[in-house]
Amino acid sequence: MTATAPAPAKSLGPTGGFGGLLGLLGGGFTGFVVRRVLGVVVTLFVLSALLYAVFYVAPGDVAQITCGPRCSPAQVQQVSDQLRLDDPLYTRYVDFLRGIFVGHDYSTGTGVLHCDAPCLGLSYQTDQQVTELILNKVPVTGSLALGAMVLWLILGVGTGVLSAWRRGRPTERILTAVTLAGTATPVFVIGLILMILVCGQLQWLPFPQYVPFTDDPQQWAWNLLLPWVSLALIEAAKYARLTRASMLETLAEDHVRTFRAYGVKERSIVGRHALRGALAPVIALTANDFGSMFGGALLTETLFGLPGLGRELVHAVRVVDLPVVVGMVMVTGFFVVLANAVADVLYAVADRRVVLS
Amino acid sequence: MNPDQSLVHVDGLTVEFGDVRAVDAVSFTLARGGALGLVGESGSGKSTVASALLGLHRGTGARVTGSVRVGGTDIGAATDAELRRLRGPVAAMVFQDPLSSLDPYYAVGDQIAEVYRTHSKVSRRAARARSVEVLDRVGIPDAPRRARSRPHEFSGGMRQRALIAMALACEPELLIADEPTTALDVTVQAQILDLLHGLREETGMGLLLVTHDVGVAAESIDDVLVMRHGRVVESGGVADVLSAPREAYTRQLLGAVPRVDAVREERTGDLGDVVVEADGLRREFGRGKRAFAAVDGVSLSVRRGETLGVVGESGSGKTTLGRMLVGLLDPTAGQLRYGGAEKQGKGVVPGVQMVFQDPVSSLNPRRSVGESIADPLRARGDRDEDAIRTRVRDLMTRVGLDPAHYGRYPHEFSGGQRQRVGIARALAAEPRLIVCDEPVSALDVTTQAQVTALLAELQRELGLALVFVAHDLAVVRQVSDRVAVMRRGRIVEYGTVDEVYGSPQDPYTRQLLAAVPALDPAAAQERRAARRRAAADARAARAADTDGSASAGGTGSAEGGDGGGTGKELAAA
Repeated sequence: MTATAPAPAKSLGPTGGFGGLLGLLGGGFTGFVVRRVLGVVVTLFVLSALLYAVFYVAPGDVAQITCGPRCSPAQVQQVSDQLRLDDPLYTRYVDFLRGIFVGHDYSTGTGVLHCDAPCLGLSYQTDQQVTELILNKVPVTGSLALGAMVLWLILGVGTGVLSAWRRGRPTERILTAVTLAGTATPVFVIGLILMILVCGQLQWLPFPQYVPFTDDPQQWAWNLLLPWVSLALIEAAKYARLTRASMLETLAEDHVRTFRAYGVKERSIVGRHALRGALAPVIALTANDFGSMFGGALLTETLFGLPGLGRELVHAVRVVDLPVVVGMVMVTGFFVVLANAVADVLYAVADRRVVLS
Repeated sequence: MNPDQSLVHVDGLTVEFGDVRAVDAVSFTLARGGALGLVGESGSGKSTVASALLGLHRGTGARVTGSVRVGGTDIGAATDAELRRLRGPVAAMVFQDPLSSLDPYYAVGDQIAEVYRTHSKVSRRAARARSVEVLDRVGIPDAPRRARSRPHEFSGGMRQRALIAMALACEPELLIADEPTTALDVTVQAQILDLLHGLREETGMGLLLVTHDVGVAAESIDDVLVMRHGRVVESGGVADVLSAPREAYTRQLLGAVPRVDAVREERTGDLGDVVVEADGLRREFGRGKRAFAAVDGVSLSVRRGETLGVVGESGSGKTTLGRMLVGLLDPTAGQLRYGGAEKQGKGVVPGVQMVFQDPVSSLNPRRSVGESIADPLRARGDRDEDAIRTRVRDLMTRVGLDPAHYGRYPHEFSGGQRQRVGIARALAAEPRLIVCDEPVSALDVTTQAQVTALLAELQRELGLALVFVAHDLAVVRQVSDRVAVMRRGRIVEYGTVDEVYGSPQDPYTRQLLAAVPALDPAAAQERRAARRRAAADARAARAADTDGSASAGGTGSAEGGDGGGTGKELAAA
């Protein structure tokens, strides 16, 4: 808090720009970002260790399941050797970490399978590289999450602002009722109804089917529109309520009164002064939701038949394909942590006091 | 006077919030260029009147009746658009808490420019230039650069100046200042009042000053309106009302104002043993480059039955010192001796208690006051519920509370009563020393007088040693035997009350005493002139020093002293 010090000249703007170390020690904006990024790395390490511990210590004979019900004990032993299930856990974990940075070679008994640098292992089931498997699914889930997020932010924040502004009037009551209904409805109900109505009865949209953005952007958006809308409707309700509560709080703040007392128009008071203060919790929640969508958009993916991460994860869990499960959760964790770090930085850009404390 | 020619004409203004009548048939007139003060204690309705002048009650559920005309506009009948046009160019308001009254997310200059552009159709550039111009006018040093700072990068005094600059940008005919100096230190308060005075001379705008502080009013206005319970008790020229009040309430109000020149009753009685002794106390916050000594080598002692006043402005380290004496903070260096014995280990010290500044936030709102008072008893191991209850009831009676209110919650009490609860809680564990941190600064003057009287009485009776930490020089003088003046973590002056107040040796003490508002308007004018001369001399001296190089403005740099809010914020973190 050098802010009110007698020599305030130094307190403005980034001061930690003298390379990494100074940035870390100093308080400035660069230092803040560097610290945040380091936080991401540390969190991921801890996460990987925990995942490894939890999943590989979990009960169940992995070799037996992987080999299949009709394997002989000798075959099971062979699989177990191949998967190095008898090695101590920590050597496998160190191998796993090394794989992430330098890649890994796996012997299949007859040959050698190379797994490239960010290697999360090979699928027990298909010998496919987990990294590759995930990378194939990320665009699908990413498209779904990104589009839904944009929609729910527009819908949710807009509704929230409007109902805070028009509090106590019929507009607000109607909006409150709608958002309540939204929160209370599960995604498969809204999605199903929409799908039957829009795709089935009215035939306005095709039944969703994933088309990569790079193939045909228009078809990509057109096919994803329905999943986006269904997800956004549910999420928007939550955001509307949060924005409304947060707006009511900032609208009651003293600085809002100041601008009212100077004849500033209500529109710019709401839009410029109240909304900006109200956005902090919205940013935080968005980061969480966007991140967790990578692991948790399962219902939506299943309902609309989208080959995303959620479906893959469920499949991997069912067949105890541990490398895939661990990799998936790592990637989901990565997105959650990353999204939160981005939110923190955004928040700091909006409000420099964050950096200082 | 013809109501159309006066700047403000209020007739029979009544404001009701639900069943509560906050303002009751208030009438007054303010001529163009005049200065009127609304003086009263909290809850007297003075701020409600001020808000009514700008029509700020519209849409809040308050019922406003009576007629209010400002600059010829009938506030009650004006359309929303007319009201917006009035707010700023005709009547501009400066609010009490300058930190919360500015938007934390935008640069100060941009906020002023936004307000300016609301009322004049000019380019962004021109508006920004205007904001720099007015910031410079109110004495913000290096205004072009500081206009880009956000409010939290300003000191309290600078924020208040920025708010005044915002008002000034619109060139209002009337400036409404609602407690403009309440959150500020005395030296900064004097600067702000001088600034308002200078602006009035320069622009000829009218001033409506809302304040609970009679001293502030005496310095700045021509006419005064004393309010109580929403009604006008007395009105007239400020010199007449303050020197010869007609109403009993005004007399009571004036009598309760602590004054640095009041006759003190000489305190007699033997002082006992030394209860606490501090030697070279030092406390740092932060690490490395940011390390900062909030208290930097303080030595003092307090005897049984004695009150040591610790006075200083915000950031001077007085609260940190108080907390170390209680053991809430551990010193970085130095020794503390209680009753001659070195302090053992860390943490709170038995037999030492604290009374906090804010009686609202220092009581748990979800516990009854009786339970709060009983806390220290339970903490030291008392288990006999009946004995505890009896003791709490005794304590409540002792501090002037009704023991039947044992089960009531803090919000059911007034500010003064809550502070009594705080005192009872401090007394519960039979302490030898009580450290009072700004115990009366959140209270009205009449309540203030009652609470300080209670403390003095308890001291006489129980032989308590008291450390009275406060920023108000007059209060400290009234309650203390000896005084320590603190600045930037050090004691700059230490002696008996008569020594420190009668013949201050340190220039800082003299500066503090010169900044205390005088109750007599004539004296106030004299002091203002003296302060101006001093500021001019200082400027001249500095100009000579720096050979006329472009240095910070005189008024701004004088504020360097309130830059040390740092320690407090770090401590809170």
